Amino acid sequence: MNRSTVLAGLTLMSLGLGACRKKPLEVAPVPTTPTAAPGTEAMDAQRAARERARADSLARAHADSLARAASATAAEAANLRAVLEAPVYFDYDASDVTDAGRTALDAKLPILRSNGALRLRISGHTDSRGSDEYNLALGLRRAASARKYLSDRGIAVGRIDVVSFGEERPAASGDDESAYTRNRRAEFEILSGGDALKVPR
Amino acid sequence: MSIRFRFPLFRAFALLLCAPLGGWVVLQAQPGVRLGLIYGEGGGRPGIYVAPVSGAAGDSIRTIVMRDLDFGDRVTVLPKATALPASATIDYNAATRLGINGIVQIVPTSGGATVIVHDVAARQVLQRGTVALPGGANAAPWRMGVHRLSDLAEEWITGVRGIAATRIAYVADGRIWVTDSDGATAVPITQPGRALSPSFHPSGQSVVYASLEPAGSAIYVSDLRGAARRVVAPSGLNISPVFTPDGSGIAFAHGDDFGTELYLVSAGGGSPRRISIGRGSDNTSPVFSPDGRRLAFTSGRSGHPDVYIADEDGTNADLLAALSSAAQAYRSSPDWSPDGRAIAFQSQLGGRFQAMVITLRDRVVKQVTSEGANEDPAWAPDSRHLVVSSSRSGVRQLWVLDIETGRARQLARVAGARLSAWSPRLAN
Repeated sequence: MNRSTVLAGLTLMSLGLGACRKKPLEVAPVPTTPTAAPGTEAMDAQRAARERARADSLARAHADSLARAASATAAEAANLRAVLEAPVYFDYDASDVTDAGRTALDAKLPILRSNGALRLRISGHTDSRGSDEYNLALGLRRAASARKYLSDRGIAVGRIDVVSFGEERPAASGDDESAYTRNRRAEFEILSGGDALKVPR
Repeated sequence: MSIRFRFPLFRAFALLLCAPLGGWVVLQAQPGVRLGLIYGEGGGRPGIYVAPVSGAAGDSIRTIVMRDLDFGDRVTVLPKATALPASATIDYNAATRLGINGIVQIVPTSGGATVIVHDVAARQVLQRGTVALPGGANAAPWRMGVHRLSDLAEEWITGVRGIAATRIAYVADGRIWVTDSDGATAVPITQPGRALSPSFHPSGQSVVYASLEPAGSAIYVSDLRGAARRVVAPSGLNISPVFTPDGSGIAFAHGDDFGTELYLVSAGGGSPRRISIGRGSDNTSPVFSPDGRRLAFTSGRSGHPDVYIADEDGTNADLLAALSSAAQAYRSSPDWSPDGRAIAFQSQLGGRFQAMVITLRDRVVKQVTSEGANEDPAWAPDSRHLVVSSSRSGVRQLWVLDIETGRARQLARVAGARLSAWSPRLAN
C-alpha cells in the first residue's frame, strides 16, 4: 500500500514533468507553389516567404528550447519538494519505520545533505481508533521516530522540529481501513531553506 | 410500612467513612431532625410532585426543577397533570390517594425563592429554605440558582444532594465549551483552534486545558468567561492536564523524543517536575484520587495502552485491572470517582471503546455501555452519573449515564462533542 503510494506519486510527478514540456515542434507550413507560370517577382516573393517561415520556425524552436530548460529546473525543484514532503506511513499503534517508510525517508536524505539550510517540521498523526489523548503521544512518537531515522544518517537533529496532532488532523475522513491507513502518518513541512533547492549530486 | 431515614452523604469523605457500614444507614429518629422522606418500602423511588409555582417565571422554575429531579435518578417525578387540588394548604389526604410521597412547593420571593418539601406520610413540612435567584428570569445565574434549589430539595428528600448545580466542560470544533448540567447555556471559553482535554479546578470556577499549536502544545487555565493564562509554553507535547485535588498543582503529560511522561507543575506556572517513570513509554491522561495520594493514568509501558495506578509521586505503579481477554488490549482515559471508590475508563471491545467502571475495593470491572462507541467517561460529583462521548445516535455526542439504572440521556445536541469533564457542585 505504502510502496504503491510512493510509486503512484512518482508516476504523477513524471506525468507532471511531461505536462510542463511544450508540444513537439510543428513544421512551419510552406506556401504551396502556384500553378500559374512563375514570374521572377513571384519567385522572389515565394523565396522570401520561405525564408521568413524558416527564420520564424528557428526562433520559435530556440524560444521553446529555452522555455524547456527553465521548466525542467522548476519541475526539478517541485520534484525535490515533493520528495521532501512525501508522508511516511505507519502500522496500527506502531511508530517503527516500515520498509516503505525507509524508502521515503532515504529519498529525503540526499536532498537534506545537499541543502544545508533546509529545516523541516515533522508532524505525527494517528488514525481515529485510539484514545484522543494517548494518540497525541503516539503521533509524537511517530514524528520522533522519523526524525531519528534521519538524524541517525547524519542529519542534524536541530534542523528538524517535531510536533504531534494525534487524530486531530486526519488526511482522510471515514472510519474504514483505507482512511485509517492514510491517517497513520508523519507529514513533512519545509520550514526554511526550501526556496533555491540544489539537486543532489 | 417502615420508617427509613437516609444518611446525608455530603462529601466523599463522609461517604468513605460510612462505606464499611454498607451505604444506606437506618438511623434512630431524633425529634426535630429529619434526614429524608418517609415512604414505603418496595416501591423504589419516592414519588415527588412539584407544585405549580406562581409568578411570571413560575412555570420555568417548575419545569427546570422537575427536570433536575428527574435527571438525578433518585426520585420519580410525577407529571404536571397530577390532580392535586391547588390550595394555600397542602391536602395530604389527596396527595396520599394520588401516590405522592413528597411535595416540592416553591414560593417566589424578591430576588429568590423559598422551597418547602412536604413529607406526605408524616403530614408535615420536612424542610424549608431560601435560595437566591440572581440576574433575572432565565439568565445563566438565575438558572444556576434554580438548579441549587433542585439540589436542596433532592437532598432533603433522599439524603443526597443533587448534581443539578454543576457544569460540564467539553470539546467541540476545537474549542472548549462549558454548559450547565442540563445542557443549557453552553458557552465557548476558547477561541476556535485546537483546544483539548478540559478539566475543572476544584472550585469549579476555572478550567485547565491543552492547546495544539503549530510549534507544539501548551497548557492554559481559563476562567469561565474565557480569560486565560498560559501555564506551560509550547515545547514538544504538553497534553491532558488535570488539577491536583487541592487546586495548587496541575499534572499533565509532556512528550519529547524519549517518550511521554507525567509531570506536575504549580498552578501558577514554573518548572514542571517529572512524576512518572515510563522508561521511554507513553504515559498520558493522569487523574488524582480525591485524597491526592494516588494517581491513575494511561501508559503504553507493557506494549499496549492500559490503565495504571501509582502513588502520587509516580512510584509503585500497578496495572489497574488484569486483562480478562485479549480483546481488551486497549484501555485508557481513567477518571477517579469523587467518592474515591471507583475508577471509570474506556476499553476497546470489538474495535469500539466502551465505558467501564472498576470498584477499587474488590477490583470488579463492570461494563456500563454497549450501544455505539462510548469514550472518555467522566464522573459527576455524585459518583453515580458519568458523562461520555457516545456515537449511539449515529453521531458522536455527549450523553449522561446513570450507572445504577443504566438510564442514558443526551446532554447537548452538539455533533463531535468529546473529552468532557464534570465540575464539582457549585456554590455559585
